[in-house]
Amino acid sequence: MGDGELVSISAEEIKEDILAATQEAAQRAEIPELTADEIEQLFDIMAEPSRAVSVASGQEVIVTDDGCSMSFYSGQDGGGVGIPMSRLQAVLTYERACAADTTSMGHSDYSFKPVKPIINFEMNEYYTASMMTTAPFLYGAQPNMGLYFQPDGPHPNPADLLPRGKIKEAQEVQEAAAEQLRQDLVFVGKKLNGIGCEGLNFDTAGSAGDADYWAALQAVSDLRKAAPNLPIIMGGSGEFVLGMHGEVTFSDKQLAGMYPHEQAKIAEAAGASIYGVAVGTNTNESLAWNIARALTFVKEAVAAVDIPVHANVGMGVGGVPMMEAPPLDSVTRASKSLVQIGKADGL
Amino acid sequence: MHIAHIFASGMGGIRTSGDLVAWMQLIKKMKLAEAKKYVAQKLGIELLDLTNEEVMRPLREDLGIGTTTSVAGSPKGIRAKLKVAELLDVSINSVELFKSQTGF
Repeated sequence: MGDGELVSISAEEIKEDILAATQEAAQRAEIPELTADEIEQLFDIMAEPSRAVSVASGQEVIVTDDGCSMSFYSGQDGGGVGIPMSRLQAVLTYERACAADTTSMGHSDYSFKPVKPIINFEMNEYYTASMMTTAPFLYGAQPNMGLYFQPDGPHPNPADLLPRGKIKEAQEVQEAAAEQLRQDLVFVGKKLNGIGCEGLNFDTAGSAGDADYWAALQAVSDLRKAAPNLPIIMGGSGEFVLGMHGEVTFSDKQLAGMYPHEQAKIAEAAGASIYGVAVGTNTNESLAWNIARALTFVKEAVAAVDIPVHANVGMGVGGVPMMEAPPLDSVTRASKSLVQIGKADGL
Repeated sequence: MHIAHIFASGMGGIRTSGDLVAWMQLIKKMKLAEAKKYVAQKLGIELLDLTNEEVMRPLREDLGIGTTTSVAGSPKGIRAKLKVAELLDVSINSVELFKSQTGF
C-alpha cells in the first residue's frame, strides 16, 4: 500500500487499481492513459513472485540523487542511519562502494537560504571533495520559499493573509519573497560555479507554490546566462504546481496548475539540463494504483521534451510508499516500472 | 532505499559506465539512448557492455578513468576526470579549473 502496509490483493483488484489510477491521472492532466499493453506490463511487474525486481539488461538508467550520501550520517528525519562519517567520507563511500552514477553534497537543512551565509564553507568543502570524486558531483538544495516568510523570514506570511481575505497582499509578499529567493539561488549558483561546480540541483522546486516555482525557473534562466557551462537539474515538488499566488507567469505561461509534461517544457525553456518529475503517493491506495498514476504522468513528461527526464522516487513520490523505510519490493517495482514502461531517462 | 534503486535500475557508476553516461546527460542534455550510444562509441564497445563489469572494469583501468576498486597509483578523482573529459570530448567545470591552476 501507499503507506507501506503489506497486503494481499487479487489479480483482478490490481488490474482495477491500475486502470482507475491511469484514468485519474489522464483526466487531471488531459494526457493519454496507459495503453492496454502497458497496463499488462505493469501487472506483470506487480505480480512477479520475486521480492526484489530489476530492469532488463541494457535498460539501465542514470540514478541521480538528492543528497543521498547524507543518509549515511544524518538522522531519522533525513532518512539517515546516523553513522559518524564526514561529508567527504559519505560522498566517496556512496560513489565507490554503492556504485552511484552521480554523487552530491548539500547543507544539512537542504535549503538554499541557510547556505548563503556559509557559502565559503560550502565552497571549500565542495572544492576539496570535487578533487577526489570521479562521478559527477552535484550541489543540491531546495529553493524552499517558505523560509522567507515570518516567523522564519522577513516577509509577512501569506498563510496568515489568505484566510483574512487579503488576496492582493498575499500575492505581493509572495512576489517579494520570490525575488529574494531568486537572487539567493543565483548568488549560490555563481559562487559554486566559480570553484568548478559540476552541477547544481534545484530540488523540490515549487514546494511553496507557483511563486517558488517561478523563482527556480528564473534562477535557472539567470544562471544559464551567467554560468553557461553549469549543468542544472530542476526537480518539481508535486504532480501539479500549487497556485498559492495564482497569477504568476514565466514566458507568458501561467505556472499554477502545471502538470509534469508542462513543468518539463517550461524547465527546458528556462535552460534546465535535466528535469525531475515528482508525483505524490496516496497512502490510502495500493502500490499498483500509485505506480500506475505516477507512470501516466512520467511517460508524458518524458515524451514532451528533448532534455532528460528523471522520475523522483524518494519516500512518498513516484509510487514509493510514504514511510521512512520503504519496503524493498515496493521500491524496486516502482523503479522498474518507471524505467521500462515510463521510459524515464533516469531516476 | 537509494541502493535499492541503484540495484534495480542504475548503470553502476564508476563500476561500469554510469558516470560517463551521466556526464553526457548533465553537460550535453542528452536523452538516455543518445547518451548511451555516444559513450559506447567513444569507448568502442557494444551498448550492452556499458553495464558489463567484465568489459568495463579492465577498460576503465586501461583508460585511466577511475575504477571502483582502489588500485594504488591508478588515477582517481580529478586526474581520472581529466581523462574522462578528454575521452568524451566535453568540458567539465572542475577539470577546467584544475587545468587553469596547473598550467595545462
